[in-house]
Amino acid sequence: MANIMIRRSDKGDYVFYLPKRDLEDTIVSMEFDTPEKWGGEIKLNNGGAYFIEPQAAPARLPYSVRAKRLDAAE
Amino acid sequence: MSNLTKEQAEALIAEVLEVYPEKAKKDREKHLAVNDQSIEQSKKCITSNRKSLPGVMTIRGCAYAGSKGVVWGPIKDMIHISHGPVGCGQYSRAGRRNYYVGVTGVNTYGTMNFTSDFQEKDIVFGGDKKLAKLIGEIEGLFPLHKGISVQSECPIGLIGDDIEAVSKKAAVEIDKPVVPVRCEGFRGVSQSLGHHIANDAIRDWVFGRDGKDVKQEFVPSPYDVSIIGDYNIGGDAWSSRILLEEMGLRVVAQWSGDGTLSEIELTPKVKLNLIHCYRSMNYIARHMEEKYNIPWIEYNFFGPTKIAESLRAIAAHFDDKIKAGAEAVIAKYQPMVDAIKAKYNPRLEGKRVMLYVGGLRPRHVIGSYEDLGMEVVGTGYEFGHNDDYDRTIKEMGNATLLYDDVTGFEFEEFVKRVQPDLVGSGIKEKYIFQKMGVPFRQMHSWDYSGPYHGYDGFAIFARDMDMTINNPCWKKLQAPWLKKPEAEVEMAKAA
Ligand code: SF4
Repeated sequence: MANIMIRRSDKGDYVFYLPKRDLEDTIVSMEFDTPEKWGGEIKLNNGGAYFIEPQAAPARLPYSVRAKRLDAAE
Repeated sequence: MSNLTKEQAEALIAEVLEVYPEKAKKDREKHLAVNDQSIEQSKKCITSNRKSLPGVMTIRGCAYAGSKGVVWGPIKDMIHISHGPVGCGQYSRAGRRNYYVGVTGVNTYGTMNFTSDFQEKDIVFGGDKKLAKLIGEIEGLFPLHKGISVQSECPIGLIGDDIEAVSKKAAVEIDKPVVPVRCEGFRGVSQSLGHHIANDAIRDWVFGRDGKDVKQEFVPSPYDVSIIGDYNIGGDAWSSRILLEEMGLRVVAQWSGDGTLSEIELTPKVKLNLIHCYRSMNYIARHMEEKYNIPWIEYNFFGPTKIAESLRAIAAHFDDKIKAGAEAVIAKYQPMVDAIKAKYNPRLEGKRVMLYVGGLRPRHVIGSYEDLGMEVVGTGYEFGHNDDYDRTIKEMGNATLLYDDVTGFEFEEFVKRVQPDLVGSGIKEKYIFQKMGVPFRQMHSWDYSGPYHGYDGFAIFARDMDMTINNPCWKKLQAPWLKKPEAEVEMAKAA
């Protein structure tokens, strides 16, 4: 489990940020992306994948949340 | 010499790597690349932010340097204690030219060195008592200081001193912030982690005080911004600030060149954070975005093209008044830019530059060279991360060299082969290249010149580059009796 931060880029995509490792990357897909259910498995541009416990979408981004690493790139 | 093709550049890297033993070669290989603009993600071509290879000559610094030297040091009305043996602080004292106004030793302390001067007995018995005593002495000798930061040097972490406890206690006693910073030099692979630790310390120990140290009431305006990651080298932040003010914005804080503690504490009240050095201060901007809902943007005030782009991008976050203000600023300085270009471009056109610097400059200064008609043919970061290279690939031409944490040997070999007209790097590289007869500018300290930010800075930048590249001394490096006969012929002709 790691703390991550999700924000929106100027282009409107979700951006993933892992402070511990200073890793910033765009999120290419998120399993659930509706106001009621948000999160699940997220895939990063670099090939990595993380899992966020599905929850109601945060009221405002950026949003820090715990995530589980499923598959790290590198 | 003409520019390398992609194949030649690749061959050059392979040739330079030849001298290394197998294992070292494999490691260094990943840090050297030929730029290819079609690559979206830098990690496909270059690895960064890894431990330097033992035995090579790296140019990096330590986490203490990143925290004390870069982030905290310039906050002028605080006293930054180099906690540990005397050397770390003393040998770097006043080495960074972050200018400030104030009376040193009375209300500002930027160029002074405060240290706990650890001796053997402090290592054996712990230095917490000494630290507490030191803070008391500071309070007595420099009563106008606004706060203290404790910058840990290596031994502090090794012997396990509890500087947090001492700091908490002292903060209550002197009723000023005392910030323990765990930036021991051995943490991380370079100064980069020191920046991060320093940012986190500001978040936890300064923002945590909720503006308790701000004495005057703050009246917000819709045009409040802060300059983040400008260390005022040679006055850089000042020549940036005037442009923002001219377009109608109010600059509430400078982080951290010529900055003060109350500016830092007021920053969570601004409307937009402007980030110049992304590498050293993106952390705090991300925090403010989440906690205080303050958006941030990166900008670049090197060279007129990038300045105009940045002014417009900043203005886009505000109303029409600011947008008009930005256009007015750009128009106002246009004649000056034209004059600079008319004067220097003919002297600098087509000259080729190789850079190797720190946080933002390997990519940010490319624009100002291009504005002078010059070309950057190689660049690299001492302590960049993937996201820095992501941002660099687009700025650099195809088939130019990228080198991460370059070693002394590699850098020399690259310069010998590429034969640039100018090398821009730090003091440690300066004399090597000058002795090789290559014009050189220090791009950390601006070679004791500056500022280089903003339109005023561009004028100085252009003059300095001309002064260096076209200096007649480079033709005099060869002893007269070693001169080739043709030269003699030419000289005879000229006489
Ligand atoms: S590595 Fe340690 S001993 Fe060396 S300068 Fe940095 S803090 Fe001081």
